[in-house]
Amino acid sequence: MSNVVSAPPAPARPRRQIVATPSQWLVWGAVIIFLIMLAGVIVSVLVNSFGSAWFNSWLPEAFTTKWYSTAWKEFSLGPVITVTLVVALSVIIISVLLGVPASYILARRQFPGKKILYGLFMLPVLMPPITYGIPLATTLYRVNLAETLPGVIAANLVPAVPFVIMTMTPFIEQINPSIESAARMCGAKTGSIFTRVLAPLLVPGILASAVLVLVRTVGMFELTYLTAGPDSTTLVVKLYYAMNSAGIRAQQSVDAMAVVYMVSMLVILVVALRFVNPTQLVARVRDETLD
Amino acid sequence: MTAVAVEAGPQASSLRHRLAERGVDSTLLLIAPATVFILLLFIYPFLYGLGLSFQPKEGGIGLGSYRRFFADAYEVGTIWKTMRLALPAAFFNVIASVPIAMKLRGRFRGKRLLSTMLVIPISLGTVLTAEGLLNFAGRAGWINRFLMAIHLVDRDHPLALVNNYWGVLFSLIITGVPFAFLLISSYLSGIDPSLEKAAAIMGADWRKRFSKIILPLLAPGLATTFMLTFVLAFSVFPSATLVGDPAGSTRVISLAAYQAYAEDFDYSSASAIAILMGLIELIVLALVMGWRSTLYRGSTGGKG
Repeated sequence: MSNVVSAPPAPARPRRQIVATPSQWLVWGAVIIFLIMLAGVIVSVLVNSFGSAWFNSWLPEAFTTKWYSTAWKEFSLGPVITVTLVVALSVIIISVLLGVPASYILARRQFPGKKILYGLFMLPVLMPPITYGIPLATTLYRVNLAETLPGVIAANLVPAVPFVIMTMTPFIEQINPSIESAARMCGAKTGSIFTRVLAPLLVPGILASAVLVLVRTVGMFELTYLTAGPDSTTLVVKLYYAMNSAGIRAQQSVDAMAVVYMVSMLVILVVALRFVNPTQLVARVRDETLD
Repeated sequence: MTAVAVEAGPQASSLRHRLAERGVDSTLLLIAPATVFILLLFIYPFLYGLGLSFQPKEGGIGLGSYRRFFADAYEVGTIWKTMRLALPAAFFNVIASVPIAMKLRGRFRGKRLLSTMLVIPISLGTVLTAEGLLNFAGRAGWINRFLMAIHLVDRDHPLALVNNYWGVLFSLIITGVPFAFLLISSYLSGIDPSLEKAAAIMGADWRKRFSKIILPLLAPGLATTFMLTFVLAFSVFPSATLVGDPAGSTRVISLAAYQAYAEDFDYSSASAIAILMGLIELIVLALVMGWRSTLYRGSTGGKG
């Protein structure tokens, strides 16, 4: 786009269409059907968790909140939520500490073997967690870290560190390097460039990658499932166990736990979307990484 | 003393200098912790698992674990069962998302709300989607209730939508379509709209504009989206057990790997199946990438 004379802005919509075309009907119809399905999935869990008995009717016969206290006790949700928070926060802190310096080098420097290293960092994101989760869990068992909190944190770090690198590298690339050169000319050492010049500029990027890691770690099922023991289970794994042993517990109390998980995830999501856009939440794989 | 220093000085500094010219100096150490981490927690376990897969349970070194997998029809069948779920799900997710992303290009009121709603199923994950599907699409769920109310379905024979192949496919679609939609939307926003406008001025109708302008520019992005949704669908694990038929039609390969690992304590077979899983996935990704490399890969003219 090198035209110097910018064209006058075209009128956004010359005439407003009131009657939608068939293709528009089709697309909006598909979107609406999808949203109805989504709402049905979420609302049916919500309604069931408040229902006293629900057999052959549109809605439960009566509503109650007792399933929440049952679920809280039965599934010991207090400790489970604590574990989930501890795992998520540790993963965030460690992955930022490991990932940000690495992405600084990847964004700023050229050195032999850089492409190979970048490919190495991207591998865990492109692999399904089960494929590396099983060998990883086996290794963790061998060093007696499996079924412990550090083991779960270590396993969750494997996709988190590449994720931080993937988010931070483009972010650092767009910071003007002459700011650092200026600081260096004024006599700043690498350390103080990092803490006094770069760190303040990096805060938005770090926040963005931290919330992305948060969403992924709280929702990460496979790796936690493979490495967690009874005292290191996160909420989503606990939910899976409860569902898998359906029939032992009342379905409603399982749903109550599902609602607890859903609400905490939505809170995280609302916070996350203040810092990142929805697409970033899904994938931040740049095209080059797949070549 | 001074003579030694003078002698050693230029050589040492010139080596350092030459390395620095190629970009190797002490600042590079910043990347060391992350590299060590990946080597320790990803590469080492992977190699360890690879080695383990060649040490079958019955002892010795060899292909025993792989041979056992391929000799057992129940186990080999998991590959086909996984493909039967993952390929249709990935194709559907990509193909259904294209027209929606096309129509929802540009600005309109509530766009951010819509994208937010679409992120919800992705972040809720497969476990919660499964729980919802069991309630919503089960025999006494609202879907069947509605179909009965409008007399599409017989009262005594509700549609079996969960605990079978369809349940897993639905859960893959519910989490996969938003994923594909958001990715394709971001690829579409990278295509310069003036290209399409120019084609319209030259008299191309929407079919021609789509097939000659948008599709060629979008195709590499579609390939990437397909690969990512395929990876998601291929490793389907919780939904295959929760809303599927884990002993029969949805005993996917990740389930076979998990059962070898956690139920048979056969770490060699488990590693072998995990390695095979990775290989199969790499083959599919290589095919898609091979197709992608034949496509136009120049500028799309937009911000992307």
